[in-house]
Amino acid sequence: MIGFRTLLYKELLRFWKVGFQTVAAPVLSALLYLLIFSHVLDEHVLVNGVRYAAFLIPGLVMMSLVQNAFANSSSSLIQSKITGSVVFVLLPPISYVEFFLAYVVAAVLRGLMVGLGVLVVTSWFAPLTYVAPLWILAFAILGGGILGAFGMIAGIWADKFDQLAGFQNFLIMPLTMLSGVFYSIHSLPQFWQQVSHLNPVFYMIDGFRYGFFGVSDVPPETSLIVVGASFLVVSVATLMLLRSGYKLRS
Amino acid sequence: MSVAVSIEQVEKRFGRLKALDGVSLQIDEGEFFGLLGPNGAGKTTLISCLAGLVRPDAGRLSVLGRDVVADYRAARTLLGIVPQELVFDPFFSVRETLRIQSGYFGIRNNDDWIDEILANLDLTSRADTNMRRLSGGMKRRVLVAQALVHKPPVIVLDEPTAGVDVELRQGLWQFVQRLNREGHTVILTTHYLEEAEALCGRIAMLKQGRVVALDTTSNLLARFAGHTLSVCLADNALLPEPLRGRATLSEGRWVFRLAGFAEIEPLLRTLREAGCGIDDLRLTQADLEDVFVGVMQGENDRESGKVADVSR
Repeated sequence: MIGFRTLLYKELLRFWKVGFQTVAAPVLSALLYLLIFSHVLDEHVLVNGVRYAAFLIPGLVMMSLVQNAFANSSSSLIQSKITGSVVFVLLPPISYVEFFLAYVVAAVLRGLMVGLGVLVVTSWFAPLTYVAPLWILAFAILGGGILGAFGMIAGIWADKFDQLAGFQNFLIMPLTMLSGVFYSIHSLPQFWQQVSHLNPVFYMIDGFRYGFFGVSDVPPETSLIVVGASFLVVSVATLMLLRSGYKLRS
Repeated sequence: MSVAVSIEQVEKRFGRLKALDGVSLQIDEGEFFGLLGPNGAGKTTLISCLAGLVRPDAGRLSVLGRDVVADYRAARTLLGIVPQELVFDPFFSVRETLRIQSGYFGIRNNDDWIDEILANLDLTSRADTNMRRLSGGMKRRVLVAQALVHKPPVIVLDEPTAGVDVELRQGLWQFVQRLNREGHTVILTTHYLEEAEALCGRIAMLKQGRVVALDTTSNLLARFAGHTLSVCLADNALLPEPLRGRATLSEGRWVFRLAGFAEIEPLLRTLREAGCGIDDLRLTQADLEDVFVGVMQGENDRESGKVADVSR
């Protein structure tokens, strides 16, 4: 247990020491998105009865949260693999389950910290309601958990920084940007609505947004089932990878 | 005395390369044991198997009776490993690094022992310095400190003095010798043969994944090398016919390996009778380097079918 707590503490300290880059920077990026899009669209667009700026905020919060959860575990692992310092966590008597939990919890906590930062700075620009706070929390934690675990898979698999960047730019970015952060999928043509339903990040954001406004594109229960199942699948895959020692123990 | 490390018929392949080919060793508690061999002999692979970083294809390894696979938590708690690569976590200071490493081994509030290690490794003044700002030698010492935070009964040092200056090396060895006197088993791999000769009570030599020699250091020295006589002939003369083939030429000197002192007189007589003048003559006791060269050469010859077994 002390091993797990120490590894978690190390992971938290790691990103906190470079907090300007790992927390402040993504908050600023989200704020810029909000300023630009709300300036252009807020006067003209209502989504599901909600003004555009308010509609946009939960999406930006969730997008920043999941992107940073992914970035945390993946970059920590690849850095320690490339510098060789991963050996310090492979030599001690830490089980693969503790290893998994420490990295995922750290990723979720960084995601929550960034998400909260985005919420704080953007909520000045539009009045928000919090209809169902527990739904907000559930989707935030599960969303961060999925991307945190996924980040572990990417960090373990990638041998070089550019492979990880490929993962981030060609998979995580499109999945998050095209998940309904900036629009309701009902505004899309039928075909693209169907495609969006295949994207788990869509359910994270839709369920998360339900917690604020009480309205969503799909029923929040459906989103919770999809998101919960995704978390389970990604977690089991990550645990299996860790147990096998893939690319960590030869 | 119980067995500190037991290695039984360990095999490991990396693709087509057989890194370990049935290695068996037993290292007793309290020993200072040397693991020698040329690059690629399998030393680091063997240590990695012991540490759980590499999974062997066959065979068993245990630390103080605890299997490194089935009972990996206990086995890893009993081991302290100083890795060969100069690795560090750039986010932390020396003290943070050591506190974190203690926590990984389930130890909290370890500052008293950490202070003692820091003092012994001459790192006290650097305790709050970020790892990135340390010199290579200091980083190496932190690696040693990291391996010791949990006071492991078995300490494995994989070439710990590579890139460390002489003064520091002496300090490090004094510290490790003290730990050994206090009962810690020490396993050392090194390229500095004089270091192994001075420190290790027993030595295994590895080549191409096999143990080619295993004995006490003194036995190895006695058995293999005896003495060498090196002769510098006047006017760079060639050796007379009867002696050719018995000596090797090294930096302008003819080097004879002697099985005993009785060989000296006939050798000098042959030179005298052939009219060879002698500019310089040295009789030296063999060191581990001679043993090492002898064993490795013997293995080469054996592989090519020339000479009988020299590795006992």
